[in-house]
Amino acid sequence: MTTAPLVGGDATIRFVDVRKRYGRRVVLDGISLEVARGGRLGLIGPAATGKSVLCKLACGLEEPDGGTIQVLAESVVGRREADLGPLRRRIGMLFQNYALFDFLTVEQNVAFPLEQRGGMTADAIAERVAERLRAVGLAGSERKLTAELSGGMKKRVGIARATVADAELVIYDEPSAGLDPVTTQKIYDLLAADQERTRATVLAVSSDVVALARFVDEIAFLYHGKITYRGPAATIADAPDPLVRQFVRGDLEGPLEERGAEAAT
Amino acid sequence: MIGERLVSGIGASALRITQEVGGIVVLTGQVLRALVPPRIDGRELVKNLHKMGNRSVPIVALTAFFAGALMMLQAGPFVKKFGATSLAGWGAGYAVLREIGPILIALMFSGRVGANNTAELSTMTVTEQLDGLRALAIDPVKFLVVPRVIAMMVMLVALTVIGDLVALAGATLVGRVMLGIDWSTMYYSFADNLTPYDFLHGVYKSIAFGAAIAMSSCYFGVTVRGGAVGVGKAVNAAVVAAAVSIMLLDFFLTYLTG
Repeated sequence: MTTAPLVGGDATIRFVDVRKRYGRRVVLDGISLEVARGGRLGLIGPAATGKSVLCKLACGLEEPDGGTIQVLAESVVGRREADLGPLRRRIGMLFQNYALFDFLTVEQNVAFPLEQRGGMTADAIAERVAERLRAVGLAGSERKLTAELSGGMKKRVGIARATVADAELVIYDEPSAGLDPVTTQKIYDLLAADQERTRATVLAVSSDVVALARFVDEIAFLYHGKITYRGPAATIADAPDPLVRQFVRGDLEGPLEERGAEAAT
Repeated sequence: MIGERLVSGIGASALRITQEVGGIVVLTGQVLRALVPPRIDGRELVKNLHKMGNRSVPIVALTAFFAGALMMLQAGPFVKKFGATSLAGWGAGYAVLREIGPILIALMFSGRVGANNTAELSTMTVTEQLDGLRALAIDPVKFLVVPRVIAMMVMLVALTVIGDLVALAGATLVGRVMLGIDWSTMYYSFADNLTPYDFLHGVYKSIAFGAAIAMSSCYFGVTVRGGAVGVGKAVNAAVVAAAVSIMLLDFFLTYLTG
């Protein structure tokens, strides 16, 4: 297993021996993971292995059953909601299911984080929102309600909202789900350009490994509640771990299937 | 075996009810804490006042009109039989202001506004919109629950006052048209026999009913689990809890305050 991060320096996200279970089902079984400041880490793994849970834990939206989590040099474990506010304002998060506010229009959804933070004039907010919507290809949809949008459009509104405030840490949960290949590439190019401009730290979860590998520096593989592999994104298809190779290549036969069958029994 | 199952079923229900009551008490505490200092999102408050209050006026007015009319229809034949038409207004008004008005309007409000509120909040919960707010450092209780609780309490009181007036008008109209009681007789029957306290008795009940509807509908909305099926169950639970709370509160408030 490769565990050494490619990017050095102090960590923006640090999970140490994090455990999480729902009822009897163990989702995370002693995860230790770091993302260096300014680094881009991709997280992959089979469905329902706890990738989204990991994202929520990093934002303090879920409480782990054990272990410690440090984000932007602050602990997020065991803290009251009100105390997490200042930290959360430094994080941008794209949810897997968008989490767009259906009582607001597209424009209002994207403006919402800026309005709530304060410190910007209405004109500056409007200008920033318009720029973000143009960037994700949604100019002209400002007045639509989220219920009027397709899944892919909702995803792009979510990306615009997650990136509108230039957060220090951005967590993307399935940024390319529901997008066609061309739009996927455009979105990843946009995310990369944003990251180069802001130097934000990025944690991205995606099932589209090929597109993800072009965006992140490293990829970690989450399997059966543990990070079983971490290595350079560029060579992920040739990773030494046969589980990762099978997952990335989409082979039907291999250790992944066998372990899955074992788990099922 | 059947006995065991019965005891286990009763125990499970008792635990569930205790958990729900406890949850509502905790949420009430959070709402009260969020009010000190009072920082309420004005846009959300105004939106909810309009949606919950203004749009409920027609259905409340209709319900109240027929409630008043029915009271008069029931009381009318007796007061006529005993020649006590001067008490017809008192009979209908007393029942409407103190009991029938607040209860019927609260039940109507619960069915229309409370159920809608639970459905809306629970849909937001299952689609992670509450997590979305938390991720943006916004407290969902302050942003979503507090304005709804205030709007429901204020609007149920306002609707009860409107409903009381419409119910008295309904009673008067039926008294005149169907029972032949003079307008003036009805007016003096109200004015001479009903006291401001009869009116206030209904108003303070409506404050308590509004709080019960608001807290139960918000609680079941924000604690929902399990997608569309969960939303349906949450709405059902909220309406039942509100109806039971209204009846219990009515009994105890009437018993304690006469």
